[in-house]
Amino acid sequence: MKKLGRLKKLFENRGSEQKIMSLFITAGYPDPGSTVELIRELESSGADIIELGMPFSDPLADGPTIQHASKIALEKGVHLDIIFDMVSEIRDQSDIPIVLMGYINPVLKYGLEAFFLKASRAGVDGIILPDVPPGEFPEVESLCMKHDIAPIFLVAPNTPEERMRMIDKSSRGFVYCVSVTGVTGARDGSEVSQSVGKFIDKVRNNVKNNPILIGFGIRTHQDAMAISRGVDGFIVGSALIDYIRSVSDQEDWIKKTGDFVRKLKYGTS
Amino acid sequence: MPNSRGFFGNYGGRYVPEILLPALDDLNKAFSEVRNDKTFQKEYHGLLQEYVGRETPLTYAGRLTEHFGKARIYLKREDLCHTGAHKINNAIGQVLLARKMGKTRIIAETGAGQHGVATATVCAHFGMSCIIYMGAEDISRQKLNVDRMHLLGAEVRPVKSGAQTLSNAINEAIRDWVSNVDNTFYIIGSAVGPHPYPYMVREFQSVIGRETMDQSLRQEGRLPDHVLACVGGGSNAIGIFYPMLDHQNVMLYGIEAAGEGVKTPRHAATLTGGLPGILHGSLSYLLQTQQGQIAEAHSVSAGLDYPGVGPEHSFLCDSGRVTYASVTDEEAIEGVRLLSSKEGIIPALETAHAIAYLKVLMPTTETSEFVVINCSGRGDKDMETISKFI
Ligand SMILES: Cc1ncc(COP(=O)(O)O)c(C=O)c1O
Repeated sequence: MKKLGRLKKLFENRGSEQKIMSLFITAGYPDPGSTVELIRELESSGADIIELGMPFSDPLADGPTIQHASKIALEKGVHLDIIFDMVSEIRDQSDIPIVLMGYINPVLKYGLEAFFLKASRAGVDGIILPDVPPGEFPEVESLCMKHDIAPIFLVAPNTPEERMRMIDKSSRGFVYCVSVTGVTGARDGSEVSQSVGKFIDKVRNNVKNNPILIGFGIRTHQDAMAISRGVDGFIVGSALIDYIRSVSDQEDWIKKTGDFVRKLKYGTS
Repeated sequence: MPNSRGFFGNYGGRYVPEILLPALDDLNKAFSEVRNDKTFQKEYHGLLQEYVGRETPLTYAGRLTEHFGKARIYLKREDLCHTGAHKINNAIGQVLLARKMGKTRIIAETGAGQHGVATATVCAHFGMSCIIYMGAEDISRQKLNVDRMHLLGAEVRPVKSGAQTLSNAINEAIRDWVSNVDNTFYIIGSAVGPHPYPYMVREFQSVIGRETMDQSLRQEGRLPDHVLACVGGGSNAIGIFYPMLDHQNVMLYGIEAAGEGVKTPRHAATLTGGLPGILHGSLSYLLQTQQGQIAEAHSVSAGLDYPGVGPEHSFLCDSGRVTYASVTDEEAIEGVRLLSSKEGIIPALETAHAIAYLKVLMPTTETSEFVVINCSGRGDKDMETISKFI
């Protein structure tokens, strides 16, 4: 139960004013050699959770930014064993919760049992599979439980309330609240925050067992504060990857990314 | 019938983002309602008769029969459907469903352009807005169909990711659907995708098999001994096979695209060269790498150039009820030549794969038997590609 503990501890120790910040990056983007160092920088700049993307050739829930990052990572030879090695290396140095995020087919091809065993041994805390909603692949859910890896499911603005309660029951770690019906990176935060209030109320009324993090469309600290009012924290992915893409040809891009992340979290770097 | 969770044996399912589940539930509910709804069925069959021109003939291919000197060969003439392929049987069914569900915006993917044209056509007929996703590679090799879609008032959105073919177009259509799920109906063009699509597309295409059975009884006094169809995603094949599945004496053959050869990396023979995996919402055979990434398919025929296949075909392949085989690009071109010169019918490159398999099948047949080939479409759209080979 040690690993479920890392996510749990994080939310239990959260100050009432503090928002948890979860950051998504694609493993191996912009290059596999720098992923571990990048994650350490994200952590020291304020990231509370790392969502590590397992690249897939056909990421059908993702917009152009994450599609591009996945493509580059695959071209550079990233695959699951490399990702497990990255997680192990981070685990030697840090207790930051790590959630793997990706599509089911590479996991299936790796072998479900083998995947969960290796992920658990490497020190993975949770998993998000956007193409496996709860109830559609029961074996995945039972393997999560068996290996103490939190299955993290999504609720969307069009999710019926009864189903939100079912998603809450199936989830561990946190529930991922998708702020808009769309793919990742689709809209900008100011557009999102206008419509999101009522939706969050509905989610809070139905998701009672898990913390709630909200994501999709958050690009700035202001977006994050506006959108995550009323939930436990926020998730940033595409905006971070867009930033990395814009600086990755500079020598100090990791440090610059750290500055960007501090601004995201605290409003100033 | 698939089970309640959308599985044919081990294959099928609904592996899609959470956002799409309510839409799939609504679709499933709406489709179950119309299946036994007399008004809907009357409208659907009325359109098939008066707009599509059904029933399509079962044509005796005398000179082709003579050429092989074995069983008699018949062609089920889906090429004579309005718009030139079987795709419109399904497009009409789904657009009626979209209207019934109050959806105002139609999206679809297309490979060869036949499904895009069929969808654009029914949207024009009903005055609905229509967006077609099409791989940039396919746009250049099926230009005639792109012009047709434009003329019909559809917007054709080029897809530039991956191999820029059918599979990438489906990704993009799904992304659109995820983003516009409230008002949008996604008309999938083959027997693929999450439940209930593979089942629904089969139901709308089964008219092919039912007519073939009636016509066989009328023209030959019994059901065929052998039935052939090409398999991309598998809609024309499942449409002609399904009503005959329980008639064990009817041998069924699904012909996939072997591209440059199934031993090379450039083919689209999913059931011959693939392994089970999950793509586009269902578990089925899939061309994939060691690491579970989706492999790029290749076929000279845009409509077969797809690394997946409908889940019911995976089930029928494992069970052995249907024999799946493949023919190469070159053999398919020969198939075009053969049917054109012997029967005066220029088949689509997709269809030509089924024709080309005759040289393997026919020597094993008896003169007392008869064969039906699903002539899924006509070849006008492929003339540019074909002319490179002649
Ligand atoms: C004429 C024709 N036949 C066959 C196909 C392959 O599709 P399916 O396997 O769904 O019938 C296509 C697809 O574009 C087509 O246009």
